[in-house]
Amino acid sequence: MKAVNCCSIEFHSIAENVSFARVAVAAFASQLDCTLPELEEIKVAVSEAVGNAIIHGYRKQTDKTVRLTVKIYKEGLEIIVEDSGQGIDDIDLAMQPAYSTDPERMGLGFVFMQSFSDRLRVESTPGLGTTVTMFKHIGIRGAKARAN
Amino acid sequence: MLAGDADRYRTKMDALLVRLSGDLDLGVADKLRITLDEHLNTKKIKYLIMNLSRVTFVDSSGLGVILGRYKKLTPFGGKVILVGAQPQVKRILELSGLMQIMESYLDEANALAKIV
Repeated sequence: MKAVNCCSIEFHSIAENVSFARVAVAAFASQLDCTLPELEEIKVAVSEAVGNAIIHGYRKQTDKTVRLTVKIYKEGLEIIVEDSGQGIDDIDLAMQPAYSTDPERMGLGFVFMQSFSDRLRVESTPGLGTTVTMFKHIGIRGAKARAN
Repeated sequence: MLAGDADRYRTKMDALLVRLSGDLDLGVADKLRITLDEHLNTKKIKYLIMNLSRVTFVDSSGLGVILGRYKKLTPFGGKVILVGAQPQVKRILELSGLMQIMESYLDEANALAKIV
C-alpha cells in the first residue's frame, strides 16, 4: 500500500495544541471523501492520542515535541502520533477500559482510539517514548477494503 | 470568549446552571474544572445543570471534568444534569457511559422543572 499524500507536523507538548492537531488532521483528511461522522471520529482519535502524549508521555512538560504524521491512502487514512516521553510500562493494562493513572480522567483514551479506527498499534519503550499508529478506512474503497 | 469557557453561570437555590461553548478538550479542562469547583464549593450547590447545546466537540479530557463533578456531587445526594448535547457530542457521552448514569434533557426548562 502506497501513500498518495503525506504530511508531518511537530509541535510543543502544550494542551492548546490538541485542538490544533485534530483540526489539522481533519483538514488534511478532507482530501478523502470523509463523511462528517468519520471526521468527528478522526478528531476524537487524534485528540486522545495527542492528549496521551502530553499528559502521560511528557507528564505535562510543555517544551517537549510531539510528532504527528498523516498519510492518505486510496483506502483510508493513517495517523501516527509519536512522543519521546516516559513510555508505557504495561501496554495491555493501559489499554484496558476505565484504566487511568489519574482519578479525574476516564481511562477512555485508548477505547476511543480503538472504537474510531480500524487498526490501532501502540509501540512503547519505557524511558524512550511511545508511537501510536491508527488506520481508518474511508469512503467506498475503504469500505471494500474493510470487507476484505 | 474562549472555547470551552463557561460563558454564563446562574445559580437558582441549590442548582447551578452552566452554559458551555466551544470544544471541551485538554486545552480547557483544567480551567473549566477549577472554575466549576469554585462555584460548587462556595455556593453549596447540589444540582449542576450543564447546557451543552453550544459545545461542538468533547473528548475524554472534557468527559473527565463532567465525571469529576458527578463524583463530587453524588455522595451528597446531588446530580449532574446534561442539557441539549449536539449529536456528535451526545454520541461520545453515550459511548463513555455518562449518559447512562446522568439525566439528560432537551432544554433547560425541562431540566429545571425536574429539580425545582
